[in-house]
Amino acid sequence: MKNQLKIFVIIGGFLLFYFLPLESLGFRNPIFEALAMLNMYAREHVIFSLIPAFLIAGAIYQFLDQNAVLKYLGAKTNKALAYFVASLSGSILTVCSCTVLPLFSGIYKKGAGLGPAIAFLYSGPAINVLAIILTARVLGWQIGLARAIGAVIFSIIIGLCMHFIFLTEEKERQANGEMQLGINDSETDGRTGLQNLLYFISMIGFMVFANWARPQAGDQSLWALIFQYKWYLAIAFVLLFVYILVYWFKKEEIIPWMDSSWSFAQQILPLLFLGIFFAGLLLGRPGEEGLIPSRFVASLVGGNSLSANFFASFIGAFMYFATLTEIPILQGLIGSGMGQGPALALLLAGPALSLPNMLVIRSVVGTKKTVVYIILVVIMATISGMVYGNIIQ
Amino acid sequence: MKIEILGMGCPKCKKTTQNAQQAVEELGIDAEIIKVEELDKITEYGVMMTPALVIDGEAYSPGKVLSVEEIKKVIKSAKSKR
Repeated sequence: MKNQLKIFVIIGGFLLFYFLPLESLGFRNPIFEALAMLNMYAREHVIFSLIPAFLIAGAIYQFLDQNAVLKYLGAKTNKALAYFVASLSGSILTVCSCTVLPLFSGIYKKGAGLGPAIAFLYSGPAINVLAIILTARVLGWQIGLARAIGAVIFSIIIGLCMHFIFLTEEKERQANGEMQLGINDSETDGRTGLQNLLYFISMIGFMVFANWARPQAGDQSLWALIFQYKWYLAIAFVLLFVYILVYWFKKEEIIPWMDSSWSFAQQILPLLFLGIFFAGLLLGRPGEEGLIPSRFVASLVGGNSLSANFFASFIGAFMYFATLTEIPILQGLIGSGMGQGPALALLLAGPALSLPNMLVIRSVVGTKKTVVYIILVVIMATISGMVYGNIIQ
Repeated sequence: MKIEILGMGCPKCKKTTQNAQQAVEELGIDAEIIKVEELDKITEYGVMMTPALVIDGEAYSPGKVLSVEEIKKVIKSAKSKR
């Protein structure tokens, strides 16, 4: 069997390379675009957004007390507060995608119940720091902001819908037991809240000013003035950051922080760059052609019609996006003529749902609730896309 | 002593398991390490963040990868409680 397989592989390889259409433009262009896309990301996004973003994600994971947030998702919490916290908590709880599903299951079974659990599940992937930073940097701050706000607002709406649709069922189901926050006997780090805040501000400040976008020619506003001095501002924040690290942090704290930043990078980067390669191959850089013709994209998801928005949400709901890969794919799609509204619809429905995680959700809440959730996500993402598409035009 | 590691098989959970094994070996104690990977069972413990190290039903630092040294400390403090 093994020998047969080898022969097939060798013959297959031979045929592949024998007929490789190197001369054809339809073959050369997409390959060139894939490499050009990787080149563009390596040059523009790695040093000033990905690296600081991983450092910030690592710092959140290491230095912020997740339990302080989790307490508000318990069974006894005021319900309105639970929705509010659940919709925002993704920003500090879900930096690692592998924690989303246990948290969802925990909030549903041991904590605040179905509504908040669903709100958390929907908003989490859209408002974690990595996603916000890279969306804003690559696709523009407007859609980055719309993504964050849309995710938070619609997560509450979807959570409430789920709660009221299944009201009777939920009343019968008693939350059994209590959440266990665990025993954390790590020593207190000896910094005040203000010092920790300044530490995060120094990293975020550097990133904001280092990435300050070039103003339009002739612009005399504050925006243009800041652009002129952006490197001075960015360097000032770096100096603040170095000062904080040297004087306020112990060496034993810096190592685990680097470790967790590194483990995020290790987990996310390979798939992200694979995603960038394929986005380039299939769709090309903005303004260029990949394997999929632009007019095809434009005819399906161009403009801001109901059908374009619905199609984008529907595809997004079922497709699986590895963490952050939705961004280069969206960039390729927008460059090929996708409208801003459908782009937001895909960004909202995409990372929140995929075929594999539907199956896990079903194992936790059952088939009926999962189907209703999927339908709600598709509807809400379509509506947000329509609204945003109309505002931006 | 029963040490349970909760986690759905993410890299962080594997790391925690390795560290726990090493800690047990270095302490030379008689302990059983059990991996709990089913989401349902993890929720039963009431633990929200994985990976989590559970000794005798109590979770220690859920959501964090504990180092070998930290696990040794945790095991000792769990022992002294009995």
